[in-house]
Amino acid sequence: MMDKHPKTLLVIVAEAALEKALVRDARERGAHRWSIGEVHGAGDDGEREGAWEADRTIELKLICDAVVADSIAAHVLATYAPHYSVAMYFADVKVLRPERF
Amino acid sequence: MIDVVVLFFALGVFARIVRSDLRLPEALYETLSIYLLLAIGLKGGIELSKQPLAALAPQVAAAVALGFAIPFALFPLLRALRLSAPDAASVAAHYGSVSVVTFAVATTALARAGVAYESHAALWVAVMEAPGIVAGVLLARRAREGAPARWGELAHDVLLGKSVLLLMGGLAIGAVMGEAGTKPIHAVFVEPFKGVLALFMLELGLVAGARLPEVRRYGAAVLAVGLVAPPLLALAGALVGLALGLSTGGVALMATLAASASYIAAPTAMRIAVPEANAGLSIAAALGVTFPFNIVVGIPLYLELAKALTR
Repeated sequence: MMDKHPKTLLVIVAEAALEKALVRDARERGAHRWSIGEVHGAGDDGEREGAWEADRTIELKLICDAVVADSIAAHVLATYAPHYSVAMYFADVKVLRPERF
Repeated sequence: MIDVVVLFFALGVFARIVRSDLRLPEALYETLSIYLLLAIGLKGGIELSKQPLAALAPQVAAAVALGFAIPFALFPLLRALRLSAPDAASVAAHYGSVSVVTFAVATTALARAGVAYESHAALWVAVMEAPGIVAGVLLARRAREGAPARWGELAHDVLLGKSVLLLMGGLAIGAVMGEAGTKPIHAVFVEPFKGVLALFMLELGLVAGARLPEVRRYGAAVLAVGLVAPPLLALAGALVGLALGLSTGGVALMATLAASASYIAAPTAMRIAVPEANAGLSIAAALGVTFPFNIVVGIPLYLELAKALTR
């Protein structure tokens, strides 16, 4: 059996215009590793199909300690959620090399 | 007669209206926009290599001042239309900045009409992208006390963003290499230009068509801004061109630039700088109303205006 360590996965789906700011803020709050992908989707408030620059959406995935994830999410909720399209969710994950996150 | 590229735009809008599954791959959209910016810059740069740069200083200064002044002139009018201060500042910034594709369509219209223009006009486009955005941010800041503005980041994103970087880069390469030095790349960057523009117009038609529900949603305000602002701004631009002693084509291009609204650089910059502004409103006006208006009605109108003023 491999040795696995618990971490928190925080996924932030947001307007692509926020990418730099989200990465900067996450790093300032203790995130060490993340990956970003471009996605498209829709909600009751409209579609973001990502056909051009101003319409793109990113999915930022961060794996970190639970307390770091909470701090990042609280900041994003207070700073960006009032004026931008933002969705967040958490998941418990297990990693093999905890020192990397 | 209508320009062929306008019909490609119409095809894109039509595809949207009938809910066709037509989509241009995003990588192609990126490639086309990089190509157009570089090609426009190169063409202007080649002309720059033929003349003393110092002589162009008044034109550059006037173009910057025009781009910076437009949002300040529009802001009170937009407020009178009952737009909130952040919305008015954001919309004003979009109109202060410029649309490179509208400029490209205007140059092909001038070429087709056989009207000469200053071939270094791409330089005006490059310097008019940023001032309107800066003015919009200033207007928004004036309206809300104490909100932090990250000027360094904004300057980096606007001045080193794709549009200005490629336009300026193309201008520099063209200016350094001149006609002879750029000859080997003519087959890629000069001759296919209009075909590439047509393809890009198809994509813009798809994007603009997707904005039509928003135009309907915002209704009269967006239509009023999108249709009334361009001819007024064109008149201001034409008068600036006239004062600079530009050719008829040059006056028409300056009018077109003043009348055009940015839908690439400005939306991204304003989204960050003025979060509380409604991004959909600005884009619906700039891309859903003003862009189609300019390429179909505006450009021929501005050309006639330039002819009348320079007669």
